[in-house]
Amino acid sequence: MARLLLDFRTPLRGFELRLTLPVERTVALVGPSGAGKTSALRVVAGLLRPAVGGVSFSGDSWNGVPPEERRVGYVFQDYALFPHMSVRANVGYGGPVGDLLERFKIAHLAEARPRELSGGERQRVALARALARRPGVLLLDEPLAALDAHTKAEVRAELHDLLRELALPTLLVTHDYEDAAALADEVGVLVEGRLRQLATPAELVARPADAFVASFTGANLLRGRAQRGRLTEIVLEGGERVFSTDEAEGEVGVVVYPWEVSIARAHAAGESALNVIRGEVASVVEVGNRVRVRVGPVTAEVTASSAERLGLAAGGLAFATFKATGTRLVPL
Amino acid sequence: MIRRAAVWAAALVALAFLALPIVAIFARLSLTRLSTSVVSDALVVSLKTTFAAQALVLAFGTPAAYVLATHRFRGRSLVVTLVELPIVLPPAVAGIGLLAAFGRVGLLHTRLPFTQAAVIVAVAFVSGPLYARQAIAAFEGVDETMVAASRTLGASRAKTFFRVVLPLAGGGLGAGEALAFARGMGEFGATIMFAGSLQGVTQTLPLAVYQEFDVDFHTALALGALLVGVSAGLLITVKWLASSSTSALRFAASSSV
Repeated sequence: MARLLLDFRTPLRGFELRLTLPVERTVALVGPSGAGKTSALRVVAGLLRPAVGGVSFSGDSWNGVPPEERRVGYVFQDYALFPHMSVRANVGYGGPVGDLLERFKIAHLAEARPRELSGGERQRVALARALARRPGVLLLDEPLAALDAHTKAEVRAELHDLLRELALPTLLVTHDYEDAAALADEVGVLVEGRLRQLATPAELVARPADAFVASFTGANLLRGRAQRGRLTEIVLEGGERVFSTDEAEGEVGVVVYPWEVSIARAHAAGESALNVIRGEVASVVEVGNRVRVRVGPVTAEVTASSAERLGLAAGGLAFATFKATGTRLVPL
Repeated sequence: MIRRAAVWAAALVALAFLALPIVAIFARLSLTRLSTSVVSDALVVSLKTTFAAQALVLAFGTPAAYVLATHRFRGRSLVVTLVELPIVLPPAVAGIGLLAAFGRVGLLHTRLPFTQAAVIVAVAFVSGPLYARQAIAAFEGVDETMVAASRTLGASRAKTFFRVVLPLAGGGLGAGEALAFARGMGEFGATIMFAGSLQGVTQTLPLAVYQEFDVDFHTALALGALLVGVSAGLLITVKWLASSSTSALRFAASSSV
Protein backbone atom coordinates (compact mmCIF):
# COMPACT_ATOMS: atom_id res chain seq x y z
CA MET A 1 0.00 0.00 0.00
CA ALA A 2 1.36 3.40 -1.01
CA ARG A 3 1.87 5.81 1.81
CA LEU A 4 2.01 9.57 1.87
CA LEU A 5 3.79 11.21 4.76
CA LEU A 6 3.50 14.89 5.60
CA ASP A 7 6.15 16.14 7.99
CA PHE A 8 6.83 19.85 7.79
CA ARG A 9 6.60 23.28 9.35
CA THR A 10 5.87 26.48 7.52
CA PRO A 11 4.80 29.97 8.58
CA LEU A 12 1.37 31.18 7.48
CA ARG A 13 -0.39 34.48 8.21
CA GLY A 14 -0.13 34.88 11.97
CA PHE A 15 0.74 31.29 12.91
CA GLU A 16 2.85 28.32 11.95
CA LEU A 17 1.43 25.28 10.16
CA ARG A 18 3.04 22.26 11.77
CA LEU A 19 1.99 18.83 10.55
CA THR A 20 3.18 15.29 11.01
CA LEU A 21 0.58 13.16 9.31
CA PRO A 22 0.77 9.74 7.66
CA VAL A 23 -1.87 9.16 4.98
CA GLU A 24 -2.63 5.61 3.80
CA ARG A 25 -6.35 5.68 3.11
CA THR A 26 -8.66 8.68 3.26
CA VAL A 27 -7.72 11.30 5.83
CA ALA A 28 -9.88 14.38 6.23
CA LEU A 29 -8.48 17.60 7.61
CA VAL A 30 -11.26 19.59 9.20
CA GLY A 31 -11.23 22.90 10.97
CA PRO A 32 -12.34 26.49 10.78
CA SER A 33 -11.44 28.48 7.68
CA GLY A 34 -7.94 29.91 7.82
CA ALA A 35 -6.63 26.98 9.89
CA GLY A 36 -4.09 26.01 7.21
CA LYS A 37 -6.00 23.12 5.61
CA THR A 38 -5.58 24.24 1.98
CA SER A 39 -1.95 25.16 2.65
CA ALA A 40 -1.34 21.54 3.66
CA LEU A 41 -2.68 20.39 0.28
CA ARG A 42 -0.55 22.97 -1.53
CA VAL A 43 2.56 21.68 0.25
CA VAL A 44 1.77 18.11 -0.87
CA ALA A 45 1.18 19.28 -4.46
CA GLY A 46 4.43 21.25 -4.51
CA LEU A 47 2.68 24.59 -4.92
CA LEU A 48 3.91 25.81 -1.54
CA ARG A 49 7.42 25.12 -0.33
CA PRO A 50 7.51 24.54 3.43
CA ALA A 51 10.17 26.23 5.56
CA VAL A 52 11.26 22.98 7.21
CA GLY A 53 10.67 19.36 6.21
CA GLY A 54 8.43 18.21 3.41
CA VAL A 55 6.47 15.35 1.98
CA SER A 56 7.43 11.83 1.01
CA PHE A 57 5.56 9.25 -1.03
CA SER A 58 6.21 5.55 -0.41
CA GLY A 59 9.55 6.46 1.09
CA ASP A 60 10.70 8.80 -1.71
CA SER A 61 11.20 12.40 -0.68
CA TRP A 62 9.35 14.91 -2.84
CA ASN A 63 11.49 17.82 -1.62
CA GLY A 64 12.57 19.91 -4.59
CA VAL A 65 10.33 17.96 -6.99
CA PRO A 66 8.25 20.43 -9.07
CA PRO A 67 4.42 20.05 -9.07
CA GLU A 68 4.31 18.58 -12.58
CA GLU A 69 6.54 15.69 -11.54
CA ARG A 70 4.60 14.76 -8.39
CA ARG A 71 1.97 12.12 -8.98
CA VAL A 72 -0.80 14.14 -7.44
CA GLY A 73 -4.45 14.36 -8.47
CA TYR A 74 -5.65 17.68 -7.10
CA VAL A 75 -9.32 18.60 -7.13
CA PHE A 76 -9.42 22.31 -6.35
CA GLN A 77 -12.10 24.15 -4.46
CA ASP A 78 -14.52 25.42 -7.16
CA TYR A 79 -12.79 22.79 -9.36
CA ALA A 80 -10.58 25.17 -11.45
CA LEU A 81 -11.71 23.72 -14.79
CA PHE A 82 -10.10 25.42 -17.80
CA PRO A 83 -12.89 27.66 -19.17
CA HIS A 84 -11.46 27.77 -22.71
CA MET A 85 -11.42 24.00 -23.14
CA SER A 86 -14.17 21.43 -23.65
CA VAL A 87 -14.89 18.79 -21.02
CA ARG A 88 -12.93 16.27 -23.10
CA ALA A 89 -9.93 18.61 -23.43
CA ASN A 90 -10.04 19.34 -19.70
CA VAL A 91 -9.98 15.65 -18.79
CA GLY A 92 -7.33 14.91 -21.44
CA TYR A 93 -5.06 17.73 -20.30
CA GLY A 94 -3.20 15.61 -17.78
CA GLY A 95 -3.27 12.22 -19.48
CA PRO A 96 -5.22 9.82 -21.72
CA VAL A 97 -9.01 10.17 -21.43
CA GLY A 98 -9.66 6.42 -21.82
CA ASP A 99 -13.07 5.48 -20.44
CA LEU A 100 -13.10 8.25 -17.82
CA LEU A 101 -15.92 10.17 -19.51
CA GLU A 102 -18.18 7.10 -19.44
CA ARG A 103 -17.10 6.16 -15.95
CA PHE A 104 -18.00 9.60 -14.58
CA LYS A 105 -21.18 9.82 -16.70
CA ILE A 106 -19.99 12.91 -18.54
CA ALA A 107 -19.62 11.40 -22.04
CA HIS A 108 -22.70 13.33 -23.25
CA LEU A 109 -21.00 16.55 -22.11
CA ALA A 110 -17.69 15.87 -23.87
CA GLU A 111 -17.87 18.92 -26.13
CA ALA A 112 -19.48 21.27 -23.58
CA ARG A 113 -17.62 24.12 -21.92
CA PRO A 114 -17.32 24.19 -18.11
CA ARG A 115 -19.60 27.23 -17.80
CA GLU A 116 -22.47 25.22 -19.31
CA LEU A 117 -22.27 22.56 -16.56
CA SER A 118 -24.05 22.22 -13.21
CA GLY A 119 -22.09 22.06 -9.96
CA GLY A 120 -22.34 18.27 -9.74
CA GLU A 121 -21.19 17.85 -13.34
CA ARG A 122 -18.23 20.15 -12.79
CA GLN A 123 -17.22 18.12 -9.78
CA ARG A 124 -17.26 14.92 -11.84
CA VAL A 125 -15.19 16.56 -14.61
CA ALA A 126 -12.66 17.76 -12.01
CA LEU A 127 -12.39 14.25 -10.55
CA ALA A 128 -12.03 12.65 -13.99
CA ARG A 129 -9.34 15.20 -14.91
CA ALA A 130 -7.41 14.51 -11.71
CA LEU A 131 -7.58 10.74 -12.31
CA ALA A 132 -6.49 11.01 -15.97
CA ARG A 133 -3.15 12.02 -14.53
CA ARG A 134 -2.93 8.49 -12.98
CA PRO A 135 -2.10 9.95 -9.59
CA GLY A 136 -0.51 8.12 -6.69
CA VAL A 137 -2.13 10.53 -4.24
CA LEU A 138 -5.50 12.27 -4.31
CA LEU A 139 -6.00 15.77 -2.87
CA LEU A 140 -9.54 17.08 -2.50
CA ASP A 141 -10.16 20.67 -1.41
CA GLU A 142 -13.73 21.17 -0.18
CA PRO A 143 -15.05 18.77 -2.85
CA LEU A 144 -18.67 19.26 -1.77
CA ALA A 145 -18.74 22.92 -0.72
CA ALA A 146 -19.71 24.26 -4.15
CA LEU A 147 -22.81 22.04 -4.34
CA ASP A 148 -26.34 22.86 -3.24
CA ALA A 149 -27.85 20.80 -0.42
CA HIS A 150 -29.99 18.77 -2.82
CA THR A 151 -27.13 17.36 -4.95
CA LYS A 152 -24.68 17.20 -2.06
CA ALA A 153 -25.99 14.00 -0.45
CA GLU A 154 -25.96 12.12 -3.74
CA VAL A 155 -22.50 13.37 -4.76
CA ARG A 156 -21.17 12.55 -1.30
CA ALA A 157 -22.33 8.95 -1.63
CA GLU A 158 -20.75 8.68 -5.10
CA LEU A 159 -17.51 10.16 -3.84
CA HIS A 160 -17.48 7.77 -0.89
CA ASP A 161 -17.75 4.76 -3.21
CA LEU A 162 -15.12 6.17 -5.57
CA LEU A 163 -12.59 6.69 -2.79
CA ARG A 164 -13.11 3.11 -1.57
CA GLU A 165 -12.67 1.80 -5.11
CA LEU A 166 -9.52 3.83 -5.85
CA ALA A 167 -7.90 2.97 -2.51
CA LEU A 168 -5.35 5.77 -2.99
CA PRO A 169 -3.82 7.75 -0.15
CA THR A 170 -6.28 10.64 -0.10
CA LEU A 171 -6.08 13.91 1.78
CA LEU A 172 -9.40 15.69 1.90
CA VAL A 173 -10.04 19.13 3.29
CA THR A 174 -13.42 20.33 4.51
CA HIS A 175 -14.91 22.71 7.02
CA ASP A 176 -17.91 20.40 7.38
CA TYR A 177 -17.43 17.67 10.00
CA GLU A 178 -20.33 15.61 8.65
CA ASP A 179 -18.71 15.40 5.20
CA ALA A 180 -15.42 14.40 6.80
CA ALA A 181 -17.03 11.70 8.94
CA ALA A 182 -18.93 10.33 5.94
CA LEU A 183 -15.93 10.17 3.60
CA ALA A 184 -12.81 9.61 5.68
CA ASP A 185 -11.26 6.74 7.59
CA GLU A 186 -9.47 9.18 9.84
CA VAL A 187 -10.25 12.79 10.69
CA GLY A 188 -7.68 15.35 11.79
CA VAL A 189 -8.95 18.49 13.49
CA LEU A 190 -6.71 21.39 12.50
CA VAL A 191 -6.86 24.66 14.41
CA GLU A 192 -4.42 27.51 13.76
CA GLY A 193 -1.91 25.22 12.09
CA ARG A 194 -1.89 22.54 14.79
CA LEU A 195 -3.49 19.12 14.72
CA ARG A 196 -5.68 19.01 17.83
CA GLN A 197 -6.71 15.40 17.36
CA LEU A 198 -6.35 12.66 14.75
CA ALA A 199 -8.73 9.74 15.11
CA THR A 200 -11.45 7.74 13.41
CA PRO A 201 -14.80 9.56 13.29
CA ALA A 202 -16.17 7.18 15.96
CA GLU A 203 -13.23 7.81 18.32
CA LEU A 204 -13.49 11.55 17.79
CA VAL A 205 -17.08 11.48 19.01
CA ALA A 206 -16.40 9.00 21.82
CA ARG A 207 -13.32 10.78 23.19
CA PRO A 208 -13.00 14.37 21.97
CA ALA A 209 -9.62 15.72 23.05
CA ASP A 210 -10.87 19.16 23.95
CA ALA A 211 -13.82 21.53 23.91
CA PHE A 212 -13.12 22.72 20.37
CA VAL A 213 -13.04 19.21 18.92
CA ALA A 214 -16.26 18.39 20.76
CA SER A 215 -18.18 21.41 19.51
CA PHE A 216 -16.73 21.01 16.02
CA THR A 217 -18.01 17.46 15.82
CA GLY A 218 -21.49 18.76 16.59
CA ALA A 219 -21.74 18.26 20.35
CA ASN A 220 -23.46 20.48 22.88
CA LEU A 221 -20.81 22.19 24.94
CA LEU A 222 -21.91 23.40 28.37
CA ARG A 223 -19.66 25.08 30.90
CA GLY A 224 -19.67 24.15 34.55
CA ARG A 225 -17.80 23.38 37.74
CA ALA A 226 -17.08 19.74 38.55
CA GLN A 227 -16.82 18.07 41.92
CA ARG A 228 -15.74 14.47 42.49
CA GLY A 229 -18.13 11.98 44.06
CA ARG A 230 -19.51 8.54 43.30
CA LEU A 231 -20.36 10.23 40.00
CA THR A 232 -18.79 13.55 39.09
CA GLU A 233 -21.31 16.29 39.82
CA ILE A 234 -21.21 19.41 37.68
CA VAL A 235 -22.98 22.66 38.44
CA LEU A 236 -23.68 24.34 35.10
CA GLU A 237 -23.48 28.09 34.47
CA GLY A 238 -27.29 28.24 34.49
CA GLY A 239 -27.45 26.53 37.92
CA GLU A 240 -28.59 23.08 36.73
CA ARG A 241 -26.86 20.00 38.19
CA VAL A 242 -25.74 17.17 35.92
CA PHE A 243 -23.71 14.03 36.49
CA SER A 244 -21.00 12.32 34.50
CA THR A 245 -19.13 9.02 34.74
CA ASP A 246 -15.95 10.85 33.62
CA GLU A 247 -13.71 12.08 36.40
CA ALA A 248 -12.79 15.76 36.65
CA GLU A 249 -12.47 18.62 39.09
CA GLY A 250 -12.88 22.37 38.67
CA GLU A 251 -13.88 24.24 35.49
CA VAL A 252 -14.88 21.77 32.78
CA GLY A 253 -16.67 21.55 29.47
CA VAL A 254 -19.65 19.19 29.48
CA VAL A 255 -20.05 17.45 26.15
CA VAL A 256 -23.33 15.85 25.05
CA TYR A 257 -24.16 14.83 21.48
CA PRO A 258 -27.61 15.83 20.23
CA TRP A 259 -28.54 12.25 19.35
CA GLU A 260 -27.93 11.22 22.97
CA VAL A 261 -30.48 13.69 24.27
CA SER A 262 -34.16 12.77 24.50
CA ILE A 263 -37.02 15.17 24.92
CA ALA A 264 -40.03 14.72 27.17
CA ARG A 265 -42.99 16.94 28.04
CA ALA A 266 -43.13 15.64 31.65
CA HIS A 267 -40.36 14.69 34.02
CA ALA A 268 -40.16 11.02 35.06
CA ALA A 269 -38.30 11.32 38.38
CA GLY A 270 -36.24 8.67 40.12
CA GLU A 271 -33.32 7.76 37.88
CA SER A 272 -30.29 9.44 39.41
CA ALA A 273 -28.04 8.48 36.49
CA LEU A 274 -30.27 10.47 34.17
CA ASN A 275 -29.52 14.15 33.72
CA VAL A 276 -32.52 16.42 33.27
CA ILE A 277 -32.57 19.98 32.06
CA ARG A 278 -35.89 21.77 32.20
CA GLY A 279 -36.38 24.68 29.87
CA GLU A 280 -38.34 26.51 27.27
CA VAL A 281 -38.28 25.15 23.70
CA ALA A 282 -36.27 27.80 21.89
CA SER A 283 -36.45 26.34 18.38
CA VAL A 284 -37.66 23.33 16.41
CA VAL A 285 -35.84 22.85 13.09
CA GLU A 286 -36.34 20.01 10.64
CA VAL A 287 -33.12 18.60 9.13
CA GLY A 288 -33.98 15.84 6.67
CA ASN A 289 -35.99 13.23 8.57
CA ARG A 290 -34.66 14.44 11.93
CA VAL A 291 -35.73 17.36 14.04
CA ARG A 292 -33.34 19.54 16.02
CA VAL A 293 -34.95 20.83 19.18
CA ARG A 294 -33.31 23.39 21.41
CA VAL A 295 -34.32 23.25 25.07
CA GLY A 296 -32.59 25.83 27.24
CA PRO A 297 -28.84 25.40 26.60
CA VAL A 298 -29.14 21.92 25.02
CA THR A 299 -29.85 20.86 21.43
CA ALA A 300 -31.43 17.45 20.91
CA GLU A 301 -31.87 15.55 17.70
CA VAL A 302 -35.00 13.41 17.63
CA THR A 303 -36.95 11.64 14.91
CA ALA A 304 -39.63 13.58 13.08
CA SER A 305 -42.31 11.19 14.33
CA SER A 306 -41.41 11.61 18.00
CA ALA A 307 -41.27 15.37 17.60
CA GLU A 308 -44.77 15.23 16.17
CA ARG A 309 -46.01 12.92 18.93
CA LEU A 310 -44.70 15.30 21.57
CA GLY A 311 -46.29 18.26 19.83
CA LEU A 312 -43.14 20.33 20.23
CA ALA A 313 -43.35 24.00 19.40
CA ALA A 314 -41.22 26.98 20.25
CA GLY A 315 -42.21 28.58 23.54
CA GLY A 316 -43.50 25.39 25.22
CA LEU A 317 -41.95 23.76 28.28
CA ALA A 318 -39.89 20.57 27.86
CA PHE A 319 -37.35 18.34 29.59
CA ALA A 320 -34.08 17.37 27.92
CA THR A 321 -32.67 14.15 29.37
CA PHE A 322 -29.36 12.40 28.80
CA LYS A 323 -27.42 9.66 30.57
CA ALA A 324 -24.44 10.28 32.84
CA THR A 325 -22.53 7.70 30.78
CA GLY A 326 -23.13 9.77 27.64
CA THR A 327 -21.95 12.94 29.36
CA ARG A 328 -18.25 13.54 28.62
CA LEU A 329 -16.04 16.03 30.38
CA VAL A 330 -13.27 17.89 28.55
CA PRO A 331 -10.80 20.54 29.67
CA LEU A 332 -11.79 24.07 28.66
CA MET B 1 -40.47 69.60 -24.66
CA ILE B 2 -38.20 72.52 -25.39
CA ARG B 3 -35.55 71.14 -23.07
CA ARG B 4 -35.75 67.77 -24.73
CA ALA B 5 -35.36 69.30 -28.17
CA ALA B 6 -32.29 71.20 -26.95
CA VAL B 7 -30.67 67.95 -25.78
CA TRP B 8 -31.30 66.34 -29.15
CA ALA B 9 -29.97 69.37 -31.00
CA ALA B 10 -26.78 69.37 -28.93
CA ALA B 11 -26.29 65.66 -29.59
CA LEU B 12 -26.77 66.17 -33.34
CA VAL B 13 -24.27 69.05 -33.40
CA ALA B 14 -21.70 66.89 -31.61
CA LEU B 15 -22.21 63.96 -33.99
CA ALA B 16 -22.06 66.18 -37.06
CA PHE B 17 -18.91 67.84 -35.77
CA LEU B 18 -17.19 64.47 -35.32
CA ALA B 19 -18.39 63.01 -38.63
CA LEU B 20 -17.87 66.05 -40.87
CA PRO B 21 -14.07 65.86 -41.36
CA ILE B 22 -14.29 62.14 -42.15
CA VAL B 23 -17.14 62.72 -44.59
CA ALA B 24 -15.21 65.62 -46.16
CA ILE B 25 -12.15 63.45 -46.79
CA PHE B 26 -14.18 60.93 -48.72
CA ALA B 27 -16.39 63.54 -50.44
CA ARG B 28 -13.42 65.25 -52.03
CA LEU B 29 -11.36 62.11 -52.57
CA SER B 30 -10.05 61.46 -56.07
CA LEU B 31 -9.05 57.82 -56.34
CA THR B 32 -6.44 58.45 -59.08
CA ARG B 33 -4.24 60.17 -56.50
CA LEU B 34 -3.89 56.88 -54.65
CA SER B 35 -1.55 55.66 -57.40
CA THR B 36 1.05 58.43 -57.02
CA SER B 37 4.50 57.36 -55.84
CA VAL B 38 4.26 59.48 -52.67
CA VAL B 39 1.21 57.49 -51.58
CA SER B 40 2.53 54.04 -52.49
CA ASP B 41 5.97 54.75 -50.97
CA ALA B 42 4.39 56.02 -47.75
CA LEU B 43 2.07 53.00 -47.56
CA VAL B 44 5.01 50.59 -47.96
CA VAL B 45 7.12 52.43 -45.34
CA SER B 46 4.17 52.57 -42.94
CA LEU B 47 3.31 48.89 -43.28
CA LYS B 48 6.94 47.71 -43.06
CA THR B 49 7.80 49.83 -40.03
CA THR B 50 4.49 49.23 -38.24
CA PHE B 51 4.69 45.45 -38.59
CA ALA B 52 8.36 45.39 -37.59
CA ALA B 53 7.66 47.64 -34.60
CA GLN B 54 4.65 45.56 -33.51
CA ALA B 55 6.68 42.36 -33.82
CA LEU B 56 9.20 43.91 -31.41
CA VAL B 57 6.42 45.12 -29.12
CA LEU B 58 4.92 41.61 -28.93
CA ALA B 59 8.27 39.82 -28.62
CA PHE B 60 9.58 42.00 -25.78
CA GLY B 61 6.35 43.42 -24.34
CA THR B 62 4.68 40.08 -23.67
CA PRO B 63 7.40 38.60 -21.43
CA ALA B 64 7.90 41.97 -19.71
CA ALA B 65 4.19 42.26 -19.00
CA TYR B 66 4.03 38.67 -17.75
CA VAL B 67 6.92 39.21 -15.35
CA LEU B 68 5.40 42.44 -14.04
CA ALA B 69 1.97 40.82 -13.67
CA THR B 70 3.14 37.72 -11.80
CA HIS B 71 5.96 38.98 -9.59
CA ARG B 72 5.82 41.23 -6.57
CA PHE B 73 9.08 42.99 -5.82
CA ARG B 74 10.30 46.25 -4.33
CA GLY B 75 9.95 49.13 -6.76
CA ARG B 76 7.44 47.25 -8.91
CA SER B 77 4.97 50.15 -9.02
CA LEU B 78 7.81 52.46 -10.06
CA VAL B 79 8.70 50.15 -12.94
CA VAL B 80 5.04 49.92 -14.01
CA THR B 81 4.77 53.72 -13.95
CA LEU B 82 7.92 53.95 -16.08
CA VAL B 83 6.38 51.54 -18.59
CA GLU B 84 3.23 53.64 -18.77
CA LEU B 85 4.98 57.01 -18.95
CA PRO B 86 5.42 57.17 -22.77
CA ILE B 87 1.61 56.94 -23.10
CA VAL B 88 1.17 60.40 -21.55
CA LEU B 89 4.41 61.87 -22.92
CA PRO B 90 3.97 64.53 -25.67
CA PRO B 91 5.32 63.04 -28.95
CA ALA B 92 7.85 65.91 -29.27
CA VAL B 93 9.31 64.90 -25.90
CA ALA B 94 9.53 61.29 -27.06
CA GLY B 95 11.34 62.46 -30.21
CA ILE B 96 13.87 64.59 -28.38
CA GLY B 97 14.37 61.83 -25.81
CA LEU B 98 15.12 59.28 -28.52
CA LEU B 99 17.61 61.70 -30.11
CA ALA B 100 19.24 62.29 -26.72
CA ALA B 101 19.57 58.54 -26.23
CA PHE B 102 20.48 57.25 -29.71
CA GLY B 103 21.63 60.40 -31.57
CA ARG B 104 25.15 61.02 -32.76
CA VAL B 105 25.70 63.23 -29.76
CA GLY B 106 23.41 61.16 -27.59
CA LEU B 107 24.16 58.80 -24.73
CA LEU B 108 24.76 55.78 -26.94
CA HIS B 109 26.27 57.56 -30.00
CA THR B 110 24.47 55.45 -32.62
CA ARG B 111 23.92 56.10 -36.32
CA LEU B 112 20.25 55.22 -35.90
CA PRO B 113 18.55 58.62 -36.47
CA PHE B 114 17.04 59.33 -39.89
CA THR B 115 17.09 55.66 -40.97
CA GLN B 116 14.11 53.35 -41.45
CA ALA B 117 15.17 51.54 -38.28
CA ALA B 118 14.68 54.83 -36.46
CA VAL B 119 11.01 54.84 -37.56
CA ILE B 120 10.61 51.35 -36.09
CA VAL B 121 12.25 52.45 -32.82
CA ALA B 122 10.05 55.56 -32.58
CA VAL B 123 6.86 53.62 -33.29
CA ALA B 124 7.80 50.88 -30.80
CA PHE B 125 8.59 53.49 -28.14
CA VAL B 126 5.24 55.28 -28.35
CA SER B 127 2.99 52.28 -29.07
CA GLY B 128 4.63 49.56 -26.93
CA PRO B 129 3.43 50.93 -23.58
CA LEU B 130 -0.20 50.79 -24.74
CA TYR B 131 0.20 47.08 -25.37
CA ALA B 132 2.24 46.45 -22.22
CA ARG B 133 -0.27 48.16 -19.95
CA GLN B 134 -3.17 46.16 -21.35
CA ALA B 135 -1.12 42.95 -21.28
CA ILE B 136 -0.21 43.40 -17.59
CA ALA B 137 -3.91 43.75 -16.77
CA ALA B 138 -4.76 40.72 -18.92
CA PHE B 139 -2.14 38.52 -17.25
CA GLU B 140 -3.16 39.74 -13.80
CA GLY B 141 -6.71 38.68 -14.64
CA VAL B 142 -5.71 35.04 -15.13
CA ASP B 143 -6.79 33.03 -12.07
CA GLU B 144 -3.73 31.68 -10.23
CA THR B 145 -5.62 28.47 -9.52
CA MET B 146 -5.74 27.76 -13.27
CA VAL B 147 -1.95 27.93 -13.34
CA ALA B 148 -1.71 25.72 -10.24
CA ALA B 149 -4.18 23.21 -11.74
CA SER B 150 -2.16 23.00 -14.95
CA ARG B 151 1.06 22.36 -13.03
CA THR B 152 -0.45 19.61 -10.87
CA LEU B 153 -1.78 18.00 -14.07
CA GLY B 154 1.77 17.51 -15.25
CA ALA B 155 2.35 20.61 -17.39
CA SER B 156 5.66 22.46 -17.14
CA ARG B 157 5.80 26.24 -16.68
CA ALA B 158 6.22 26.70 -20.44
CA LYS B 159 3.34 24.41 -21.41
CA THR B 160 1.16 26.09 -18.78
CA PHE B 161 1.99 29.50 -20.25
CA PHE B 162 1.13 28.53 -23.82
CA ARG B 163 -1.91 26.34 -23.16
CA VAL B 164 -3.54 28.07 -20.20
CA VAL B 165 -2.19 31.56 -19.50
CA LEU B 166 -1.94 32.82 -23.08
CA PRO B 167 -5.40 31.63 -24.18
CA LEU B 168 -7.03 33.04 -21.03
CA ALA B 169 -5.27 36.40 -21.45
CA GLY B 170 -5.71 36.30 -25.25
CA GLY B 171 -8.68 38.66 -25.51
CA GLY B 172 -6.94 41.37 -23.49
CA LEU B 173 -3.64 40.89 -25.32
CA GLY B 174 -5.39 41.17 -28.70
CA ALA B 175 -7.23 44.33 -27.71
CA GLY B 176 -4.01 45.85 -26.36
CA GLU B 177 -2.11 44.99 -29.53
CA ALA B 178 -4.85 46.50 -31.74
CA LEU B 179 -4.59 49.76 -29.78
CA ALA B 180 -0.79 49.75 -30.08
CA PHE B 181 -1.04 49.02 -33.79
CA ALA B 182 -3.40 51.95 -34.37
CA ARG B 183 -1.24 54.28 -32.29
CA GLY B 184 1.84 53.14 -34.22
CA MET B 185 0.15 53.62 -37.61
CA GLY B 186 -0.69 57.23 -36.71
CA GLU B 187 2.68 58.06 -35.12
CA PHE B 188 3.89 61.50 -36.23
CA GLY B 189 5.76 63.71 -33.78
CA ALA B 190 8.45 61.35 -32.49
CA THR B 191 9.03 59.92 -35.97
CA ILE B 192 9.54 63.26 -37.74
CA MET B 193 12.03 64.37 -35.07
CA PHE B 194 13.95 61.12 -34.77
CA ALA B 195 13.67 59.69 -38.32
CA GLY B 196 12.89 62.65 -40.53
CA SER B 197 10.53 62.51 -43.50
CA LEU B 198 12.40 61.08 -46.47
CA GLN B 199 10.14 59.64 -49.15
CA GLY B 200 10.55 55.88 -49.57
CA VAL B 201 12.76 55.60 -46.48
CA THR B 202 11.27 57.18 -43.39
CA GLN B 203 8.17 58.91 -44.72
CA THR B 204 5.14 57.12 -43.24
CA LEU B 205 1.50 57.85 -44.16
CA PRO B 206 0.98 60.56 -41.49
CA LEU B 207 4.25 62.25 -42.45
CA ALA B 208 3.26 62.15 -46.13
CA VAL B 209 -0.10 63.77 -45.31
CA TYR B 210 1.78 66.60 -43.60
CA GLN B 211 4.20 67.06 -46.49
CA GLU B 212 1.57 66.90 -49.24
CA PHE B 213 -1.11 69.12 -47.77
CA ASP B 214 0.45 72.37 -49.02
CA VAL B 215 1.95 70.80 -52.18
CA ASP B 216 -0.97 68.74 -53.47
CA PHE B 217 -4.08 68.84 -51.32
CA HIS B 218 -5.77 65.94 -53.18
CA THR B 219 -2.87 63.58 -52.57
CA ALA B 220 -3.03 64.51 -48.88
CA LEU B 221 -6.74 63.65 -48.96
CA ALA B 222 -6.04 60.27 -50.55
CA LEU B 223 -3.45 59.52 -47.86
CA GLY B 224 -5.92 60.60 -45.21
CA ALA B 225 -8.58 58.27 -46.62
CA LEU B 226 -6.15 55.36 -46.45
CA LEU B 227 -5.42 56.05 -42.79
CA VAL B 228 -9.12 56.41 -41.97
CA GLY B 229 -9.72 53.00 -43.53
CA VAL B 230 -6.94 51.33 -41.57
CA SER B 231 -7.94 53.03 -38.28
CA ALA B 232 -11.62 52.15 -38.68
CA GLY B 233 -10.69 48.55 -39.39
CA LEU B 234 -8.62 48.43 -36.20
CA LEU B 235 -11.32 50.04 -34.09
CA ILE B 236 -13.81 47.44 -35.29
CA THR B 237 -11.29 44.70 -34.46
CA VAL B 238 -10.85 46.03 -30.91
CA LYS B 239 -14.59 46.19 -30.35
CA TRP B 240 -15.02 42.68 -31.73
CA LEU B 241 -12.27 41.37 -29.45
CA ALA B 242 -13.79 43.07 -26.43
CA SER B 243 -17.39 41.99 -27.07
CA SER B 244 -16.81 38.42 -28.19
CA SER B 245 -14.16 37.42 -25.70
CA THR B 246 -15.25 33.80 -26.04
CA SER B 247 -14.49 33.65 -29.74
CA ALA B 248 -11.24 35.48 -29.02
CA LEU B 249 -10.45 32.80 -26.46
CA ARG B 250 -11.22 30.04 -28.93
CA PHE B 251 -9.10 31.73 -31.54
CA ALA B 252 -6.23 32.11 -29.11
CA ALA B 253 -6.60 28.55 -27.85
CA SER B 254 -6.49 27.05 -31.32
CA SER B 255 -3.67 29.27 -32.51
CA SER B 256 -1.38 28.50 -29.56
CA VAL B 257 0.66 25.27 -29.53
